[in-house]
Amino acid sequence: MLGEGIIKGMAETARNFLGSYVSDDRLTTVQYPEERTPQFENARQFPFLVFDGSDPLKGLRCVACQICEKECPPKCIYIVKSKDKRPDYKGQMQLYPVTFDIDLSVCMSCQICVEVCPFESIKMDTAYELSTSDRFGGLLVSKPQLAKPNDHYRKIHPTDAALSDAALAAEVAKAQAKARADAEAKAKVAAEAKAKAAAPNPVAPVVAIA
Amino acid sequence: MTGLDQVFVTLKHWLLGQLANILPNGLLPVVSVLLSIAAIIMVFASLFAIMTIMERKGLGRIQNRYGPNRVGPFGFLQPAADGIKALIKEDLVPRAADQVVHLLAPVMLVVPALLVYAVLPVGRNMVAIDFDAGLLFFFAVGAASELAVFMAGWSSRNKYALLGAMRAVAQMVSYEIPLILSTVSVVMLTGTLSPVKIVEAQAGHAGWLPDWFVFTPWGFAGFVLFMIAANAEANRSPFDLPEGESELVAGYFTEYSGFKFALFFLAEYLSLFAVSGLGITLFLGGWQAPFAALDFVPSWAWFFVKLLGLIVLFIWTRGTLPRLRVDQLMNFAWKFMLPLALINLLTAAVWHYMPPGMPRWLVGGALVVGPYLMLGRGLMAGKHISKRTYRYAE
Repeated sequence: MLGEGIIKGMAETARNFLGSYVSDDRLTTVQYPEERTPQFENARQFPFLVFDGSDPLKGLRCVACQICEKECPPKCIYIVKSKDKRPDYKGQMQLYPVTFDIDLSVCMSCQICVEVCPFESIKMDTAYELSTSDRFGGLLVSKPQLAKPNDHYRKIHPTDAALSDAALAAEVAKAQAKARADAEAKAKVAAEAKAKAAAPNPVAPVVAIA
Repeated sequence: MTGLDQVFVTLKHWLLGQLANILPNGLLPVVSVLLSIAAIIMVFASLFAIMTIMERKGLGRIQNRYGPNRVGPFGFLQPAADGIKALIKEDLVPRAADQVVHLLAPVMLVVPALLVYAVLPVGRNMVAIDFDAGLLFFFAVGAASELAVFMAGWSSRNKYALLGAMRAVAQMVSYEIPLILSTVSVVMLTGTLSPVKIVEAQAGHAGWLPDWFVFTPWGFAGFVLFMIAANAEANRSPFDLPEGESELVAGYFTEYSGFKFALFFLAEYLSLFAVSGLGITLFLGGWQAPFAALDFVPSWAWFFVKLLGLIVLFIWTRGTLPRLRVDQLMNFAWKFMLPLALINLLTAAVWHYMPPGMPRWLVGGALVVGPYLMLGRGLMAGKHISKRTYRYAE
C-alpha cells in the first residue's frame, strides 16, 4: 500500500532515537577531548630525532648526512653540519647537526625521511595535538624539541624499536668484531715485522725501494 | 483559571492603561500593535532557537549521535552560540551580485513570515488582528515569500543560487495549490475565513472526541494533505530540493553569509511555525483543550503544546525520509495531492449534507480511502520498484 514504507521508516528512526537513550552501544561517538581511542602501533604524525644516553643534544644519533633533507618531498627539513666531529654510538668520529629544523606546517607525514635514514636516527612520533598559537616560530620545530630518547621510541612503536635496536646492536657487534680483527691483524703484522727484524737475512734495501 | 488563561491579555491591557496616562490618545492603537508585534517576535524567535537545538539533537539521536552537547547544560545554549557566531561573521556580497536586491531578499523573506502571525490565534482572545478574511490574508502574504526566494537566487549571480531559486518557485507554486485546496474544505464547512471563528467552530465535544476537524474523514485527509504541502512550502526534507546541500551547496541562499544567512533560516522556521499554527487552527482545534476536563490548562499552552507536537513530527520526517527527485516532487503534487485535495472538497460537502451517524462516517471514509488507494495503485502501476542491485559495489 502507498505510504507503508514511510510508516516503516518512521518506526525505524523512532527505534533508533529511543534506542540511543537506552543502550550506549549505539552511540559510537568518541567525545574527543575527554575520551580518546587508543592509537594504532603504526600511527605516524611527525618525525623526531632519537638520542641515546641522558643528554638530548650530545646523544643524538644523527650524523648530519643530509639524506633526509634531500629526500624530503616537500623539503621541510633544514640541516646545518658541524665543523668538528664527535664519537657516535660505535665510537666512530662523526659530524653532528648544529641546526636541525623541520617545518611542521609543510611536513606531510610521509615517513620517507625515516625510510632513507641509515643511522636509525629519525623516527615518526605519534603525538597528534600539534597545534600552536604562534603560526611562524611555533610551527618551526627545532633540534631541542625534536630530540626524544630511545625509550620514547620503544614505548610508541615497540616492534619497530626492537628491530632498530637489534640493527644497531648488530652494527656495534660488527664494528667490535672488525676492531678485534683489525687489532689481531695489526698484532700479527707487528709480530711478523718483529720476527723479520730479528731474522739474519738482510732484505732491507728491497723494502726501501718498495 | 481565567486569570492564567488571560494573563497575557490582561498584562497588555494593564500596560496600555499605564501608557494612556503618559501618551497622547492617538498613539495608543500604534502602541497596542507594537506590543503585539514585540510579543510575537519574542515568542516565535525563541521558539526558533528551541527548535534548532531540538532538531539538531533529535536528528543526532535518530542517527545514533549525541548532537550538540558542549555549550551549556546538555548543549541547550548552542543556539546562542550560533547566533553570536552568525552576528560576528563577515558579511560577504559577491561583486557581481545585484547589491540592492541581494540585500533586500532576506528582509523580504522575514517580513511576510512575521506578518502572517498577525491573524494566527495563539490563545483565547490572543490574536493580533481579528481579521474577517484572515485566512486569505495568511495565504496572500505567505505567497510573497516566493518572490523573496527568487530575488535571493537571481541577485546572487550564482548558478547554484539560480537553480535553487527556480526549483523553489516551481515547488512552492505547485504545493501552494494543494495547501490552499485542503483548507478550502474547512472554509466551506465553517462558512468563514476568520481563523478566530474557525477555532470557535471546533469547540465542543462529540462523544469522547473533541469537535476538531481532524477527527472527521475529510478533516483527516485535509490535515494530512495540508501538512505534506506545508512541509514542501517550508522547503524541508524530504522536499528540500531548493536547498539540497548535496546538489546545490545551499540553494538560493548560497551566496549569503553571516547574519543574512541566519535570516534565511529564521524566515524558514518562522514560516514553518506559522503554517503549522494555521494547521492547528484549521484542523486541530486551535487553542482548544482536547478534553473538557483539561480546560484548566491555559489556551495558549494548548496552542504551543500542539505546535511543539507538529514540530517534532516535522523533525521526525526530516530524519526519516530521503530527498525526492524533481520529477517525483512534481508528480506527487500534481498527480496525487491535487486530485485528492479536489476529491476532499466533495467529501466535505457530502459530510455536511448527510445527517450525523454511522452512514456518514462510512461514506466519508470511503470517499477518502477509496481515491487514496486507487490513485496510489494507479500511479504505481507502470513502475517496477524492487530492491536496488549494484553491479560493482557489494
